[in-house]
Amino acid sequence: MFENIGQILILIWRTFQALPLVVRHKKKVLEQLFEIGNASLLMACVLSLFIGGVLALQTGVALAERGLSSFVGQIVGLSMCKELGPVMMAVFISGRIGSAMAAEIGSMAVYQEIDALKTLNINPVHYLVLPRLVAISIALPILVVFSNLVGWFGGAVVSVYNYKVAISYAAYFNSLRSGVDFVDVANGLIKSLVFAVIIGAVSCHQGLRTVGGPRGIGRSVTKAVVNSIVLILILDYFLTRLLMHLDR
Amino acid sequence: MNPTQRHGVGIKVRGLRKSYDGQLVLRDISFEVAPGEIFVIMGPSGSGKSVLLKHLIGLEKPDAGEILIDNEPISSPGLMDRHRIAMVFQSSALLNSLTVGENVGLYLTEHRLKPPAEIEKIVAEKLELVGLAGAQDKLPSELSGGMKKRAALARALVVEPELLLYDEPTSELDPLMAVTVAEEILKLNRRMSVTSVVVTHDRDLAFGIADRIALIHDGTIDSIGTPEEVRRTANPLFQRFLAADFNLKQLSDKT
Repeated sequence: MFENIGQILILIWRTFQALPLVVRHKKKVLEQLFEIGNASLLMACVLSLFIGGVLALQTGVALAERGLSSFVGQIVGLSMCKELGPVMMAVFISGRIGSAMAAEIGSMAVYQEIDALKTLNINPVHYLVLPRLVAISIALPILVVFSNLVGWFGGAVVSVYNYKVAISYAAYFNSLRSGVDFVDVANGLIKSLVFAVIIGAVSCHQGLRTVGGPRGIGRSVTKAVVNSIVLILILDYFLTRLLMHLDR
Repeated sequence: MNPTQRHGVGIKVRGLRKSYDGQLVLRDISFEVAPGEIFVIMGPSGSGKSVLLKHLIGLEKPDAGEILIDNEPISSPGLMDRHRIAMVFQSSALLNSLTVGENVGLYLTEHRLKPPAEIEKIVAEKLELVGLAGAQDKLPSELSGGMKKRAALARALVVEPELLLYDEPTSELDPLMAVTVAEEILKLNRRMSVTSVVVTHDRDLAFGIADRIALIHDGTIDSIGTPEEVRRTANPLFQRFLAADFNLKQLSDKT
């Protein structure tokens, strides 16, 4: 496990070192960005709508019973932007995009395409990892912004139309605006950037070390998704602690 | 460097050993290849030929021994920048997400060696040379095994290498195309003095193009010499290997 973590950190370091080359690979970055957006945006919005909705439902009913329903916007707003938006999107993207990265690079490793790149003196980290890592690091924070907006809207719809909560749109968004400031949103975006690097690096690392044919590719995909999610959830705690400390 | 001034590189392999999971695949392999030579490594399947070839281009690290390219260890940083080395893989190893044209021009595109219009021209020339004219826009999945092999050869030719490694270059090719590939290996060698190392069990190819042949079996080199010298090997396994032929009448009599 520690060997894997070490290799992933080395891969991240080598990719950071290659960042000045990203301009040369801008076409590949744009292709990856398009692929991530195309594959994820609609589904991310649907997920976020219902996450926001269920948050409003769970908290709104309990708050209304205590006469505190005016706080529902604040609770949904903060939960979405600081926690659920970044974490849920990261988990979703690791399943949707991380798995595809591991499968594609894994297939290239198994069918000697990566060996062919090396014989052409093309660095696989520059050619394969850099564009993917840059693209996912741009795409995930953007998806989190969409997720926050749609999630807040989902919460608003439930808060207004659920007869147990039944507050107005104006009351919901006033509560949200009073409780959520730019720093809260920025916290979530910082988290999502770290998660994006983790998903990209873990998935590319698993892909690059794939051996053993189609079964090996399947194993790599599973490991990429599981390891990404485990790391995201563990890091989420420590990042939250760190950001809370910096907030003070 | 002007391609016409380029010359092949020399290779020295000393005491090369490699094992996988405790199983020794290469045992104390030593040989030398002179610059501009066509050196064929021939042997039965599973004898360690392809593993040896991967060591020569640095895709595998030996457990012991060393490989020198122009007296420089293969592991030296920047060796691949100083020497142009290319390999034609047995499986072709074309990048499946790229078109044939993009695959063939990949080296020039990624290293920004020529403007796009010139790359297109070079790609068209090389594809025509291997009998794949007009296949630029096809995807590798649309090609047969033999066509993929020829596209991989075109990709290696674009590099204008000083050392060109071929892993079973004529497998999956029809006899006419096998002859074309053999001619191309010879022409490249004559035109640019490129050093060629060919791994094959195609006896016609080996004896047709080789300056020297190494016979390899069970991870050790049995003999090295000119085609005439190798034909006189005393090893019964290689005598059978070199003389093996279909004799359908004998086969049907046995059954």
